[in-house]
Amino acid sequence: MFLLKQRSTLPGFHLALGYTVLYLSLIVLIPLSMLFVKTSQLTFVEFWNVVTAPRTLAACRLSFGAAFAASLVNVPVGFLIAWVLARYSFPGKKIVDALVDFPFALPTAVAGIALTALYSSNGWVGQFLYKAGIPSAYNFLGITLALVFIGLPFVVRAVEPVLQEIDAEMEDAAASLGAGRWQTFRRVIFPAVIPSLLTGFNLAFARAVGEYGSVIFIAGNMPNKTEIAPLLIMTKLEQYDYNGAAAIAVVMLMVSFVLLALTNALQWRASKRIGMN
Amino acid sequence: MLKSFMNIKGLLSAGIVLGLVLSSAGNVYAGQVHLLNVSYDPTRGLYDEYNKAFAAHWKQKTGEDVVINQSHGGSGKQARAVIDGLDADVVTLALAYDIDAIAEKSGLVSKNWQSRLPNNSAPYTSTIVFLVRKGNPRNIQDWDDLAKPGIAVVTPNPKTSGGARWNYLAAWGYALKKFNGDENKVKEFIRALYKNAPVLDSGARAAATTFVERKIGDVEIAWENEAYLAVHELGRDEFEIVVPSLSILAEPPVALIDRNVDRHGTRKAAEEYLKYFYTAEGQEIAARHFYRPRLESAAAKYAGQFKPARLFTVDEMFGGWQRAHKKHFADGGTFDQIYGN
Repeated sequence: MFLLKQRSTLPGFHLALGYTVLYLSLIVLIPLSMLFVKTSQLTFVEFWNVVTAPRTLAACRLSFGAAFAASLVNVPVGFLIAWVLARYSFPGKKIVDALVDFPFALPTAVAGIALTALYSSNGWVGQFLYKAGIPSAYNFLGITLALVFIGLPFVVRAVEPVLQEIDAEMEDAAASLGAGRWQTFRRVIFPAVIPSLLTGFNLAFARAVGEYGSVIFIAGNMPNKTEIAPLLIMTKLEQYDYNGAAAIAVVMLMVSFVLLALTNALQWRASKRIGMN
Repeated sequence: MLKSFMNIKGLLSAGIVLGLVLSSAGNVYAGQVHLLNVSYDPTRGLYDEYNKAFAAHWKQKTGEDVVINQSHGGSGKQARAVIDGLDADVVTLALAYDIDAIAEKSGLVSKNWQSRLPNNSAPYTSTIVFLVRKGNPRNIQDWDDLAKPGIAVVTPNPKTSGGARWNYLAAWGYALKKFNGDENKVKEFIRALYKNAPVLDSGARAAATTFVERKIGDVEIAWENEAYLAVHELGRDEFEIVVPSLSILAEPPVALIDRNVDRHGTRKAAEEYLKYFYTAEGQEIAARHFYRPRLESAAAKYAGQFKPARLFTVDEMFGGWQRAHKKHFADGGTFDQIYGN
């Protein structure tokens, strides 16, 4: 808060805050509240029937499960890529750097079709995986692969600036005090990046839970088995069942909210620990 | 979550923005008429050619230039966009149920829309056929072969794809005849058939990609016009078309959106746009894009192109789209039942 006492570049705290609230209301809050308005047109029993239908539960389990798995994969891999980008310079670094952002920029449907072409039973990679007894498309693994793809840049971009800021001198200091490489990593570097890793996990997870375009081609879309929750929402819309679609959306929103709140709390604790150190 | 939400709202806002852009562009100014035709996915080629022919026809008739904008997408999505404000002058969709929904949810179209033009407002038709690999290695001849164990059938999900509902009803109608209306046996048959589906793509185009590009499946259940496109575009040495002993008469309907054309002052042009489809020129364009024409003379001219087929309509077999939808595709309907919901 003390920053506000300095002369700030943007005019006035009140004006800036007012604008922030107005903008967030128009872009985020009002559209989101429409979900609740639509849902409230259902009676509680109707709502309950929609959200506890076995098919809805199966779809939500799949969406949250695959999103969680994909984000878990993305955390170590994303960390590694961020490390390489932050610590080393090598020819073609700019290209690698740009590649990381690719999943952001690529239309999701294109990504989905490309991934399916790659990982289905006659794809470049898929043919070997299938021969090895690992079916890599139209199942949980395929869905997770797509979600790993779209979630990766979130982790890299969250961690990279933090790694850049850690002073190499701190590592030298740790080494001079007799810490081994692993100890330095575990006691010096890791605690500093935990909050940003969690942020990356959060962002990747949030994106993955609702992802539609890239998943739909590789998912297989079999009811109860490989049907993701966003597809179920589309299914409801296809029947002009706006309220049912909103009901599922509300449940996903709330589950996501709780999960994100949990990771935020973890992150807060982690940052506090660094602060105390 | 955010993303799926954006999908819903994104569609809505895209519709509104597009609508604003189009309406602000104006629809009738000196000597120029603008029409927006909101159509479903596989009609791109058809309307490219038809719009040019109609523009020439209109110019000759009235001296006015007509500019026709096209919007393509899944049939149900397009209908929702119109309900939410996409400023369509005419809609040309995959099934009557979607235009019924526009009439019912938004009142933009008069409820009797389907009786305003000949042939249930469907100027051209198609049917559901099987696309198989060259030489028909699994010897697929009829619906029975699709329900045999070990055959992989590619068809999209009827819950998300308008086109796939025709597939489902075609199979259902065949089984209904075969088992003399014994619903339990029909359901068993359909269950066996859908058990053979390794994937349920969300739309017809995605299913075609799965079958053609991914090379998954022994047979794709497809609209005849799309099957012909696949055969023609990808070479005759890869695919063959098999016409089953009994199939459905697919009638993709057209309608003008009353409230929009009245607001734009484009009713006359829109009416003529739809009627022109019933003329010899319009019918031949449809036939060239592998839709079956209604007009005898056009049908005769392109008779060699289409294999004879025994067809039933949704009305005679299912009592219309509303009833068919409620029984089969609504939540808890027969499609959900065969998947155990």
